[in-house]
Amino acid sequence: MASNDAASGVAQRVGFRAWLNKRLPVDKFVSEQLLEYYAPKNFNIWYFFGSLALLVLVMQLVSGIFLTMFYKVGDTTAFDSVEFIMREVRFGWLLRYLHTIGASAFFIVVYLHMFRALMYGSYKAPRELLWLFGMFIYLALMAEAFLGYVLPWGNMSYWAAQVIINLFSTIPAIGPGLVEWIRGDYGVADATLNRFFSLHVVAIPLVLLLLVVLHLVALRQTGSNNPDGIEIKENLGPDGKPIDGIPFHPYYTVKDVVGVGFFLTLFAVVVFFVPTFGNLFMEEANFEPANPLSTPDPIAPSWYFTPYYAILRAVPNQRIGALLLLLAVLAFFFLPWLDRSPVKSIRYRGWWFKFFLAEFAVSFLALMYLGLKPATGAYVTAARVFAVGYFSFFVLMPWYTRWDRVKQVPKRVTFHD
Amino acid sequence: MAEQDAVDLDRRKFLTVATAVTGAVGVVFAATPFVASWNPSERAQALGAPITVDLSKLELGMMLTYVWRKQPIYIFRRAPETVAKLAAHDAHLKDPKSAESEQPAYAVNEMRARRADVAVLVATCTHLGCLPKQRFEPGDVALGADWPGGFLCPCHGSRFDLAGRVFNGSPASVNLRIPPYSFQDDNTLIIGQDDTTTQGVA
Repeated sequence: MASNDAASGVAQRVGFRAWLNKRLPVDKFVSEQLLEYYAPKNFNIWYFFGSLALLVLVMQLVSGIFLTMFYKVGDTTAFDSVEFIMREVRFGWLLRYLHTIGASAFFIVVYLHMFRALMYGSYKAPRELLWLFGMFIYLALMAEAFLGYVLPWGNMSYWAAQVIINLFSTIPAIGPGLVEWIRGDYGVADATLNRFFSLHVVAIPLVLLLLVVLHLVALRQTGSNNPDGIEIKENLGPDGKPIDGIPFHPYYTVKDVVGVGFFLTLFAVVVFFVPTFGNLFMEEANFEPANPLSTPDPIAPSWYFTPYYAILRAVPNQRIGALLLLLAVLAFFFLPWLDRSPVKSIRYRGWWFKFFLAEFAVSFLALMYLGLKPATGAYVTAARVFAVGYFSFFVLMPWYTRWDRVKQVPKRVTFHD
Repeated sequence: MAEQDAVDLDRRKFLTVATAVTGAVGVVFAATPFVASWNPSERAQALGAPITVDLSKLELGMMLTYVWRKQPIYIFRRAPETVAKLAAHDAHLKDPKSAESEQPAYAVNEMRARRADVAVLVATCTHLGCLPKQRFEPGDVALGADWPGGFLCPCHGSRFDLAGRVFNGSPASVNLRIPPYSFQDDNTLIIGQDDTTTQGVA
């Protein structure tokens, strides 16, 4: 029995370690979370992105703490202090690039992490709560990214705040009053910037950390899914441990370190050589101070929001547009209950699911592209087509997952000796 | 079991619920100041006082942009024939009579103004608050030969006529808003006040 081993191990230790473990369950924690935590042995490259998301979170916290030491919140000081960081603070440019590009990296990693879950059915029972916590992390991340985007008080910051806050004005009856309450003024102003700063550096990070803990606790409870979508806990060996499981440490800690190495190499290339990434990671219009009398032309949000933005613009009615934007995000929450397939992984699903997942991925990327383009003529028509593609993945899911001809799922995971 | 030892479960349940409800009411009271702190401050309200605009140098077809309550306000002079032609494109508008739109009562008319020659509009697109750009030239190259002159929003392509009324096919669903305003005399416009009899005009 694992717990007995751990307990007797603790008792035998002497000196400081015994003293410590009597007061704080360090060895027990390490044993349960790493040495005795069995993960499926068939993880592939898609399983890097969870640990990478955690890495980016830590990088954002550290670079954010240091940026806060130099940033001066306020409508007359914010823009200048960011320029001060970029030009005069030693390595200030590096801190800022790490943080700004880190935001984009966060979304790349999270989108890949989510796509992995879609492919292998990681949202399906018994991992519904794990998926929901993940989706709440995604929501908090979007809020955090938007709030942070406003802080440099460039012209794109200002107009992003203007456009996003005005989305709330489409709520019937309470809309206009709500917008004034969010801004704390009759327009986006110093009051707005100050509260966004507080939310960005204190409130949302606390929520984010809490959600990450819940996400990990839920993961430890159900165990990781895997590319075969087989529950390894249902096939235990004579020692009571999953036959297809290997201890998280050292096997996956070492594997993740390799992933971290690759990721940091790519990240460093962007930070040092192409920080704006062709106007995608940092936008030219945001290198000008906020100007309430001049809308940047054209105006586009950061790339990670553009799929939703394209859906918003595809609808000629603003209230319905805002509603569809909201539904496009919330649709993910319902996946565990929309999917009626008896199998989890794409490996054992039929052509219906493969087709819809593919057209969803294409629609998402196409909307991402269209959201960066002006809202005219053929772009709007295309956005409407792909918005239908986006929603059909969710809306039709209860039917196509039931019709799908699934393959027999094997008892053991696929692996190579 | 002795009589005094018996637990009155109904009484216990009532007390538990009553305590919880009282606590919840307390939470609402305690939250009120925090929620209220987000409303515009006294200073923001004071800075939102009415402003005065001198119209003596505003010529025909020209436009002034003022800021009132952080909102850009467009003020422009329209020719009588432009105003006369406004009704011609009513069929292409979402809300030609301004029934759904936000404006003071005296601006609910064909010209959406107190005076035909001076138009006052809040220059934030009713879609998502961008600044519509001036496209006064009728038959503008980009907007087509039947363009009567008006405004084009650069963000999502909403189009408005010279009375701030929105055209069909725009993402905005209502006309540009009109602030409360009044004329102190022929050439003095006051934005933010419905009539000049009130004291306190700067």
